[in-house]
Amino acid sequence: MTELRGRAWKFGDNVSTDHIAPGRYFHLRSNLPELAKHVLEDARSEFASSVSAGDFVVAGRNFGLGSSREHAPLIIKMAGVSAVLARSFARIFYRNSINIGLPAIVCDTTLIEDGDQLIIDLESGKISNVTRGTVIYFPPLPEIMRKILDEGGLVKYVKKHGSLEL
Amino acid sequence: MAKTMSEKIIGEHAGRSVSAGETVIATVDLCFTHDASGPLLISQLKELGLNVANPRNAVFFIDHAVPAPRRENANDQKLLRDYARKIGANFSEAGNGICHQLIAEDYALPGQIILGTDSHTVTAGALGAFATGMGATDMAVAMALGRTWLRVPETIMVNVSGELGKGVFSKDVALYLIGKLGSEGANYKSIEFCGETVERMEIGQRMTLSNMVVEAGAKAGLVPSDIETKLFLEREGRTGFRQISSDKGAEFEDIIDVEAEELRPMVALPDSVDNVKPVDEVGDVAIDTVFVGSCTNGRIEDLRIVAKILSGRKLERGTRLVVTPSSKRTLIEAIKDGTLQTLLSAGAAVTPPGCGVCFGALGGVPADGEKILTSTNRNFKARTGNPEAHTYLASPAVCAATAVKGVITDPGEFL
Repeated sequence: MTELRGRAWKFGDNVSTDHIAPGRYFHLRSNLPELAKHVLEDARSEFASSVSAGDFVVAGRNFGLGSSREHAPLIIKMAGVSAVLARSFARIFYRNSINIGLPAIVCDTTLIEDGDQLIIDLESGKISNVTRGTVIYFPPLPEIMRKILDEGGLVKYVKKHGSLEL
Repeated sequence: MAKTMSEKIIGEHAGRSVSAGETVIATVDLCFTHDASGPLLISQLKELGLNVANPRNAVFFIDHAVPAPRRENANDQKLLRDYARKIGANFSEAGNGICHQLIAEDYALPGQIILGTDSHTVTAGALGAFATGMGATDMAVAMALGRTWLRVPETIMVNVSGELGKGVFSKDVALYLIGKLGSEGANYKSIEFCGETVERMEIGQRMTLSNMVVEAGAKAGLVPSDIETKLFLEREGRTGFRQISSDKGAEFEDIIDVEAEELRPMVALPDSVDNVKPVDEVGDVAIDTVFVGSCTNGRIEDLRIVAKILSGRKLERGTRLVVTPSSKRTLIEAIKDGTLQTLLSAGAAVTPPGCGVCFGALGGVPADGEKILTSTNRNFKARTGNPEAHTYLASPAVCAATAVKGVITDPGEFL
């Protein structure tokens, strides 16, 4: 599970949860497959219909700012995205991503262009940019978040351990 | 060792002394959710195979799309209603009001840890609680175990001194601060407010300050509890007051001094909350529709300011005005003291208490190319329901003056 391969979809700074899961589709929140058809619609309208399984969302600073709606990382994952890369993440989105088992990677995304092919090794913290022949390293997650992600998310973690442990 | 408010409160709930930067497991006093995240939370609880540990400390609100505009919303709301009844949790029906307003009026106490499935949960920091927003899965675990994990945040202290000028309110302090910090300037941190200006503010104004900290990324927005907090709780017929503040000598990551006299009414321009300018520097911006409401600025004092400005006037410039009181109690007060009559006579449309207009889910949606000015908290693209519209943020006073003039206006001349 640790090696991920796919295409980079570039986004800018401050992509909010309103860009990811717009309020005008509020009635679809209990119908995630339908809501996922609109994922990131207000940032890149072609994204939802063009993304392939395994691809990456690659953004600038403060990705996922705004609401606590967990539907935002859920529909990114449901669209087939295998990890989100950003220079920084807003707090709640970051936690939500890990909780639902979507890797959120903090790294220097200025070295990645739209359409680049990437191979990501989560264990060693290494991103190989196949298109550009470059390598980017990223720091490991905080320990508790790494444990949660390793189990596939918080629900699976708690089911296995029966409680929260540091 | 001297501690910040966040360190004190989290330490009390972790059963030991804690410092910024540590990750701890803490008990939780109050958990709440609403029709936006509640259905997902319930499905995660089922997935966990666990029940809500203490239903009396859990609240289920129906506030985000009320009254239900569609079958899907009605079904989600029924799910929450039935679930809350089944487990014996607290429940707030559609029309009672916005969760953050009701958490302050009915539940929050100084020194508590409060979690809500909503980023504006930070609002309860105005009462001296450590209150923060989380997603549905974190909340499912917190409700099931009565505990959560937290990284103890560093604190940015904001010290506001002096008198706020005519037409300048706590919303302007908040917008000024977000403009200064930027939209991630307080990411993962707590903001604490102190100073004589904050001490003089009533709880409602403090709630606006605490509410907006998340727009700079903050995890909590704390105000030390004091005599105002005590009086607020007494007025709401509640007990449980305690005084809590940061210790003298506590370590702050940064201290920001704000001189109240120097602040002007502020406006956040599209499409980010930190794109802030004083009202006299935004130029002539014609506004098509104005909205006053939300957990940020839909309280009785906000509606009264709007009524004061609209009193004896009509919206003659073609600018529309929508007003949503933040709770049923706010609405009843506005009926009793004539505020509502003034708003309606001037030409406002008033909707039932709820969140729908603020986040583009229900009501007040601007047309393509239109400009909307709101008293809410966010102006991201499409926030108000239309990606082809442009959203500006300001205080209720700026909103009202703008509704009268048709262009973004300094409210000073009306007050």
